[in-house]
Amino acid sequence: MKRFRHLAATAPRLGALALVLPLLAFVTVSFLVPLGTLLSKSAWQPEMSRVLPQTMRALAEWDGESLPAEAAFAAIARELPAAREERTLGRVSGAANRVRRGMRGVLNRTARGLDRVEYAGSWRETLTGIHAGWEDAQTWQAIRQAGAPFTLANYLQALDLERREDGSIGRRPEESRVYTPLMWRTLLVSLGVTVLCLAIGYPIAYMVANSPPGRGRLLLVLVLVPFWTSLLVRTTAWIVLLQRQGVINGLLVSLGILPDDARLQMIYNMTGTFVAMTHVLLPFMVLPLYSVMRSIPASHMPAAISLGASPLEAFRRVYLPQTLPGIGAGSLLVFILAIGYYITPALVGGRTGELISSQIAYHVQTSLNWGLAAALSSILLVAVTALYLIYSRVIGIERMRLG
Amino acid sequence: MKSAPNAGRNPGSEGVPPSTKAGTPSFPGRRLGRYGFNAFCIAGFVFLLAPILVIVPLSFNAEPYFTFTEGMLRLDPDAWSLRWYDAIVNDEAWSRALINSLLIGIASTVLATTLGTLAALGLASPSMPARNLVTAVLISPMITPIIIVAVGVFFFYSGLGLGQTHAGLILAHAALGAPFVVITVTATLAGFDRTVLRAAASLGAGPLRRFFRVQLPLIAPGVFSGGLFAFAASFDEVVVVLFLGGLEQRTIPRQMWAGIREQISPAILALAVFLIAFAVVVLLTVEWLRNRSASAQRSVH
Repeated sequence: MKRFRHLAATAPRLGALALVLPLLAFVTVSFLVPLGTLLSKSAWQPEMSRVLPQTMRALAEWDGESLPAEAAFAAIARELPAAREERTLGRVSGAANRVRRGMRGVLNRTARGLDRVEYAGSWRETLTGIHAGWEDAQTWQAIRQAGAPFTLANYLQALDLERREDGSIGRRPEESRVYTPLMWRTLLVSLGVTVLCLAIGYPIAYMVANSPPGRGRLLLVLVLVPFWTSLLVRTTAWIVLLQRQGVINGLLVSLGILPDDARLQMIYNMTGTFVAMTHVLLPFMVLPLYSVMRSIPASHMPAAISLGASPLEAFRRVYLPQTLPGIGAGSLLVFILAIGYYITPALVGGRTGELISSQIAYHVQTSLNWGLAAALSSILLVAVTALYLIYSRVIGIERMRLG
Repeated sequence: MKSAPNAGRNPGSEGVPPSTKAGTPSFPGRRLGRYGFNAFCIAGFVFLLAPILVIVPLSFNAEPYFTFTEGMLRLDPDAWSLRWYDAIVNDEAWSRALINSLLIGIASTVLATTLGTLAALGLASPSMPARNLVTAVLISPMITPIIIVAVGVFFFYSGLGLGQTHAGLILAHAALGAPFVVITVTATLAGFDRTVLRAAASLGAGPLRRFFRVQLPLIAPGVFSGGLFAFAASFDEVVVVLFLGGLEQRTIPRQMWAGIREQISPAILALAVFLIAFAVVVLLTVEWLRNRSASAQRSVH
C-alpha cells in the first residue's frame, strides 16, 4: 500500500519530465555538446601529438636543455614529409609558430628539404644541414610545448599574458596587448549602449504605458515594428543614413551646413557601432520597462504631488523606485545581448568599432587559430553565463517577455 | 498632452492659476518640463522608426544612390522607378535564397514548436522537478552570443558530416528557436485554468482527448505565436549560416550579408521593403493572437 502511495507521487513528476525530456535531449545534442566541444578546444589540442606521435614520444624523455637524442631527429624526419603529404603540416607548423616565432619556416622548409637532400650519415646532421634551427634546443622546446595535448597557452594569450624565460607568468608589454584592451572596449561599449537605451527607452516606455488605451496600443506597435524588422534591414538602414554619400550627409550638405568635401565619417567606426547597436537593442529595454510601468497605478504621482511633492520629487521618490525591476530587467538583458554582439559591429563598426566577437570570428575563419578563438569564446561565455544567472535569480527567466 | 499650440514656446504666459487644476499646485517649469518630455519621447520614436521609414522611398530611386535625388524631391515621375524591385524579383540568386530560407525556416519551426510546446506543458505542471534549472538550460540558446553558437556548431556539426547541409542548419535553428516557443507557451499556460481539464476528465475524456480537444485549442494562439517567433528567428539568422552553410544553403540574410559587405546596391533596399512588410504582418498577427488568447481564456468562464 505504501509503495503505491509513493508511486502516485512520482507518476506526475515522471509525466512532467517526460514532456520536457525531448527538448532537453535535443538542446543537449544540438547546442550544449557543440558548445562543450568548442570550449574544450581552448585547452585541449591533441592534433600535434596525432600528427607527430613518434617525435612527441622521443621528446618525452628529453631533458630540455641539450639537444635531444638521434631518435627524435629520426622521428621528425620521418613524420614531417608524411604530414606534408597528408596536408596536416600547415596546422602543425602554425601551432608551433604560435609558441615560437619562426617555427613555421623551420618546419615547412625542413619538410620540403627532406625530399631533395641526401642522408648525411645521421639525421641530426641531415636536418641541421637543411635548417640551422635544429641545433637550437629552443626549437625542440617549441615543438614539445606545442605538442602538449593539454595547454593553458591559449588562455594566456587571450588575457595578454606571457610565460617569461624564467617560467613566471606576467603581462605582455603594453604595445603588444591585443585582447584585454578589446575586452575593456567591449565592456565599455556595452555599458554605454545600455545607458543610452535606458535614457531613450525610459521616456518611451512611460509614454506608451501612460497613454489612453487606443493610442497606447498604437505606440506599442510602433516600438514593436523595429523589434520584428530583420536585423540586417536595420543595419542596412543605418548604412544608408550614415555613410558619406548617405542621407544625413546629403541633407547637411544640401542645407549648406557642411561643405561637400567635409562630409562626416559616421559609420565604419565607433559611432556606427554605438548608434546601430543602441537602435537594435532599444526594444529590449522598452518592453520590460513597459510591462512594469503598466502595472503602476496612474494615481500615485498625482497623489504624491497633492501631498506637496514637486513633480520631480514625486517622480524620484514615488515613481522611479517602482520601476526599478523594469530598469534592472531591461538593462541586464541589453547588456547581455550587447557584450556578445557580432552582426552589427561587424557590418558597421569598421576597424575601430569592432568588439571581442569579431576577433573570435577572425581566429576561426582567417588566422585558423582555433584554440585562441575557443579561449576567447569561453571567457565571453563565462561573462554571459554569470550575468544570465544573476538575471534568472533576481528577475526570473519566466518573466522574460517577448514582443 | 493636448493644449494650445503656442504654449510650448511660451510656457509661463498662459496664466493658469495654480488652484484651478484640481487642487494640484502648478509650477512655472512644469509645462515646459512636459513639453520637453514629450519632445524627447517623440525624438525617441523618430530614432526608432526613421531608419526603417527612410528605406521605403529610397528603394524607388531611379538612380543607384542612397540619397534623395533632386528629381525625387520634385516628385518628378522619372526620378522614381521600380527597377530595384525588378532586379530582386528577376534575380535567380534571390529566389534560390528565398527557397532556402523558407525550407530551413519551416522545418526548424515545426521541430522547435513541437518540442517547445511539449516542454512548456511539462514545465507548467505543478509536479515538475528542478523547474528553474531546466528552464534556464532550455532558454540558454537565446542568451548565448550567436558567434559562440555558430563557431561551436560549425566545429561539431562539420565533424559529423552535417557541415554545409540543410539538415545541420535546420537542427541549429531549431535549437535557437525553441526558447521562443517555450517562453510564449509557458506565458499562455500561466493564464490557463486547469479546472477545465478536470471538468473534461470528470466527463470521461482521456488524457490525449483532454489535450487535443480541450487544452490545445485554448493555448493554440500561444503555440502559434511561439512558432512565428521561431520562424522569424530562423528567417533572420545569418551568423550560423555564415559559418555552417555553404553555397547551396545561402539564405536571404546570408545573401544580404554578402551584398552589404561587398558593394551595397539599392536592390537591397527593395528587398528590405519586402522584409519590413513581412515584419509588420508577423507583428500584427502576433498581437492579434495575443488578444485572441486572452479573450479565449476569458470566455471559458
